Amino acid sequence: MAKEKNNRLEIFLKGFIKENPVFIMLLGLCPTLGTTTSALNGLGMGLATLFVLTMSNFVISLIAPYIPSKVRIPSYIVVIASFVTIVDLVMHAYAPELYKALGIFIPLIVVNCVILGRAEAFASKNNPWDSILDGLGVGLGFTMSLTILGAVREILGAGEIFGINLHIFKGDGILVFVLAPGAFLVLAYMIALGHKLKKRMYGE
Amino acid sequence: MATKVKSTLFSMTLTLLIVTAVAAGLLAIVYKYTKGPIKEADLKKEKMALQQVLPEFDNNPIAESDTIPSDIEGDSFKLVVFPAKKGDKLVGVAIKTFTMKGFSGRFDVMVGFLPDGTIYNSIVLSHQETPGLGDKIDPEKSDFSKQFAGKNPATFKLEVEQDGGDVDAITAATISSRAYCDALQRAYNAFKSLDLSKYEN
Repeated sequence: MAKEKNNRLEIFLKGFIKENPVFIMLLGLCPTLGTTTSALNGLGMGLATLFVLTMSNFVISLIAPYIPSKVRIPSYIVVIASFVTIVDLVMHAYAPELYKALGIFIPLIVVNCVILGRAEAFASKNNPWDSILDGLGVGLGFTMSLTILGAVREILGAGEIFGINLHIFKGDGILVFVLAPGAFLVLAYMIALGHKLKKRMYGE
Repeated sequence: MATKVKSTLFSMTLTLLIVTAVAAGLLAIVYKYTKGPIKEADLKKEKMALQQVLPEFDNNPIAESDTIPSDIEGDSFKLVVFPAKKGDKLVGVAIKTFTMKGFSGRFDVMVGFLPDGTIYNSIVLSHQETPGLGDKIDPEKSDFSKQFAGKNPATFKLEVEQDGGDVDAITAATISSRAYCDALQRAYNAFKSLDLSKYEN
């Protein structure tokens, strides 16, 4: 029993460092690079992904035993796309301000390979409860990564964090960091840091 | 793990049919319940933009709005004209215009004209310009868009200073600034072609 509990905890925690989707697994880099121009954008994208990932993991783990393996990918994508559309519609209807900021990124979640990756690697082989935990863990790890990336780029690029001016630059910040090359630069350092942390915590 | 279903033509077709049918049904329900609130949210957004770019009015410009073709053909390239009246008097006309020349493609601008053609105010509706640079076209981010208020494009050349115009461009975002001018110019051209007398009474 105790062992099982440990196991569950590990399923939840592995998404943060050990199997961090962005810094270790290098999955879902397209939305990562594209949306992390500010901490808030990163956080919003992360949370939207977290929701879709948890829900799709749950549903896919339920239906996986009944899906013939040759059509599993299209079936999973239909499930994922449905949840993305639901998020898109509900956000548009009830949180128009948030939708204005994130609207263009929401459809991108469908093509985020973190979600299909977790469906294929975890949800299709595990029970619904573990799959929810996995979705939450990996989703939170993804959210954390995007927020950190966005925060670093916002601080260096605009001298702000969550839109609050830090007054560290006279005038504008180092503009390259809010542009595409800055995304790659910061990501590279983050990947190095992530691996260092992983080594320290889990050994080689 | 439960036993896997074999991939036969029948089982695969049936599975996909069920999965897509359930998904379509679910989406139809969500769509039905969010359709109203989405329309309301969009209307509210448009109304707020109108209130910012026009002097005080007491009619419903959205209900009286009209679309006119622009210099580019196609349904998504039409301009929307919103007449604003106070009592029976026309106090201004807002035009929802666009540009394709933004740094990240298209963005839409709502611009309000007084009946004599003077720009009352303008506000960008949706854009994907670079954060920290081009997004300064947004009045919340910088005063760039406020310089147009009170200017009449008949005497105020809607081009950035580098191109010989009167517009003070955003530093390091000349392309976005040019695009903004392009949107305003398109709106002004449309405004000039309008027959304002049809909105009176």
